[in-house]
Amino acid sequence: MKRVVITGAGTINALGPDVPSTLEAMREGRCGIGRLEIRDLDRLAVQIGAQVKGYDEAAHFSRQQLALCDRFTQFALIAARQAMAQSGLVVEGELETRMGVVLGTSGGGLTTTDDNYRAVYEEGKTRVHPFVVPRLMNNAATAHVSMEFGLQGPSFTVSTACASSNHAMGQAFHMVRSGMAPAMLTGGSEAMLCFGGIKAWEGLRVMSREACRPFSATRDGMVQGEGAAVFVFEEYEQARARGAEILAEVAGFAMTSDADDIVVPSADGAARAMTGAMADARMAVEEVGYINAHGTGTAANDRTECAAISATFGAAADRLMISSTKAMHGHLIGGTGAVELLACLMALREGVIAPTIGYEAPDPDCALDVVPNVAREAKVTAVLSNAFAFGGLNAVLALRAA
Amino acid sequence: MSETVRDRVIAILAEQAVLEPSDVEPQHSLADLGIDSLGLVESIFAIEEAFDISVPFNANAPQESGFDVSSVDAIVAAVERLIAEQKG
Repeated sequence: MKRVVITGAGTINALGPDVPSTLEAMREGRCGIGRLEIRDLDRLAVQIGAQVKGYDEAAHFSRQQLALCDRFTQFALIAARQAMAQSGLVVEGELETRMGVVLGTSGGGLTTTDDNYRAVYEEGKTRVHPFVVPRLMNNAATAHVSMEFGLQGPSFTVSTACASSNHAMGQAFHMVRSGMAPAMLTGGSEAMLCFGGIKAWEGLRVMSREACRPFSATRDGMVQGEGAAVFVFEEYEQARARGAEILAEVAGFAMTSDADDIVVPSADGAARAMTGAMADARMAVEEVGYINAHGTGTAANDRTECAAISATFGAAADRLMISSTKAMHGHLIGGTGAVELLACLMALREGVIAPTIGYEAPDPDCALDVVPNVAREAKVTAVLSNAFAFGGLNAVLALRAA
Repeated sequence: MSETVRDRVIAILAEQAVLEPSDVEPQHSLADLGIDSLGLVESIFAIEEAFDISVPFNANAPQESGFDVSSVDAIVAAVERLIAEQKG
């Protein structure tokens, strides 16, 4: 089996339009959540989100591209461009035909769907734009990224709700590790901060109207975000031979299904995923210094996730730092694991643990070191990144420092 | 009027619990009726639709939502209060 390393990273999210600005915001514990600027906000009970603001799509794309690209595709392309540029990969020869793209998304082109349902149902129009289907399809982002860089290898989209991008990156990891592809572009993208995208979540009554406060006794729900993060996963010998900067090693991955409840999380399913990722990476529990938690800020997730971590790590849980960066960048649903992997890279490369901001009061059910409110300097050599989706589908990545 | 509200709330809970309305007692809790968290969220939606009211309920902090769901009686009283507030 081949070793897999990360040689490029890119992002756009509520914290910033690239990786440096995002990591700076995470170091400072800045909150990207604010009042939404969207149509029909007055008809929503939830009026906050981590929205990408000050975004000028025309600065990144031509008129022709914009006609074909929903916001979630635009975000994926922007992140992919940054990742490819950092990696220094030149797409030619074998790389051209064997490198592919695996991205995660949950809602796909939901804004396109929302806009066009509005046109035909509310406004009574009988025509829609001819490109509605290629804009809204869940694989649009993957396809456009593959086209932009001429990547002709295995490419597809993964959709497992809040675990989509972790599942996607797990697939890319397996493909490079097995030798199927010498490198992959992978990560996830989401843009569902539109009226329908928020109204649907409102219905479940798990959303906060004020703030995302993971692990805090005062938490009262999740807050949605939007954006993308994309990475270059590359076979280690190739990366080393071409002198690429290695950001981290992807050491292991595991996925499990709770097979229990469509929305209520299970500690056992989460624990098995964490244990599996460490076993896959041949990583002892003592080696892990940081976990980027799923940490949605709902009563059920945070309690269950902490129970799963305690069960998995035993006494080692006391020396472990865990944080949820969702309080800063919001819950990007299908793109969230990708943006959260940036916090893992910061921990491994810079020795800075991103904080759990919004933390107000300890919850005895979440009695772990959640790095409250302020980032912390700490040397860690191995980390986990958790994603636990509705449907009980869990995906955990294990990374080591380069 | 209040009899009607009670009957309709009980009908909604009974349908969710797959019981006959006559099997639903005022003192029953949701657990007694076998209604779980998803069933509760669906019942509240049905109540909002039936009475054209907005029910303040956050599943993360049920006790702080100001909508008492501790028993059938409590739910009926809460719905009557919301109707008075919002439609009165």
